[in-house]
Amino acid sequence: MGNNVKTFIFISLIVALILAIFISPFASSSPDGLEKVAEDKGFIEKALEEGVWRLSPIPDYAFPGIGNEAIATAIAGLIGTLITVIIGWLIAKLIIIKK
Amino acid sequence: MHIPDGFLDLKTTITTAVASAGGLGYGVKEIRRKLGDKHIPLLGVTAAFIFAAQMLNFPIAGGTSGHFLGAALAAILLGPWASLLIITVVLAVQCLGFADGGITALGANIFNMGIIGGVLTYYLIFLPLRKTLPKTKRGFLTTSAITAWASVFIASIIVALELSISGTSPLNVALPAMAGVHALIGIGEAIITSVVLVGVINIRPDLIREYSKPEEEA
Repeated sequence: MGNNVKTFIFISLIVALILAIFISPFASSSPDGLEKVAEDKGFIEKALEEGVWRLSPIPDYAFPGIGNEAIATAIAGLIGTLITVIIGWLIAKLIIIKK
Repeated sequence: MHIPDGFLDLKTTITTAVASAGGLGYGVKEIRRKLGDKHIPLLGVTAAFIFAAQMLNFPIAGGTSGHFLGAALAAILLGPWASLLIITVVLAVQCLGFADGGITALGANIFNMGIIGGVLTYYLIFLPLRKTLPKTKRGFLTTSAITAWASVFIASIIVALELSISGTSPLNVALPAMAGVHALIGIGEAIITSVVLVGVINIRPDLIREYSKPEEEA
């Protein structure tokens, strides 16, 4: 990996973290396209109140136990972005590395 | 357009899950064949960027929001099969970690956003347009923007089909509603995809698979 690629990776990760930590608290909380259609067309109640998987550590992008909504979202963004880069990197490594 | 638990019936759940698993199995082979060591961190960081950008819901008309999908961007940066893998990682993290998108609908969500939004749109829209439009920066960006818009639009139509097949909402209701709202969200997708690509072109154009490689290889 050239030094230049390292710089690129670093910059990209910083941009992702800035988005996830500092911009995400300002995201619109309106329902998204599918949710809105489900509400308007009267099938939103078919969604299970609680999902089948109930072990999510950070449900709905709000780190639990933090009163300040913006901070709870920012921490969720930070953790999610780091977890995703680690998992993505590891899986790519498993697939691509040739012996 | 993350489908929650409860919207899809068993046959749709299983069919889409099997299709996604098959696509991923094939995709892994393609990734192994076409990508090298330098792509490993790029895959990770692209997934992280898409995760972060997907958190940023932007308002569109009528009390609705949309957010970036990223499947087209990933396909243009790293190829369609890497895009499928990246979207799968993002969706799995969102579903398991953040209760976003149902776990029973995970296969369908991977199918809609990864296989339709990433792989199909790449072959159906991106490649033909890339061959047709001028091989310039502007031609490349136009192709990419149209692909990005189409990825969201077409995926939303597939979601509507699944909802109707599952008996959740009739097609004549779900299809115009989903396609209409996602035609707007797709504009956001096209803008974000273009902005990111312009940024990458300015620093490391060689890292965009579709921008730097010779045409025959496509």
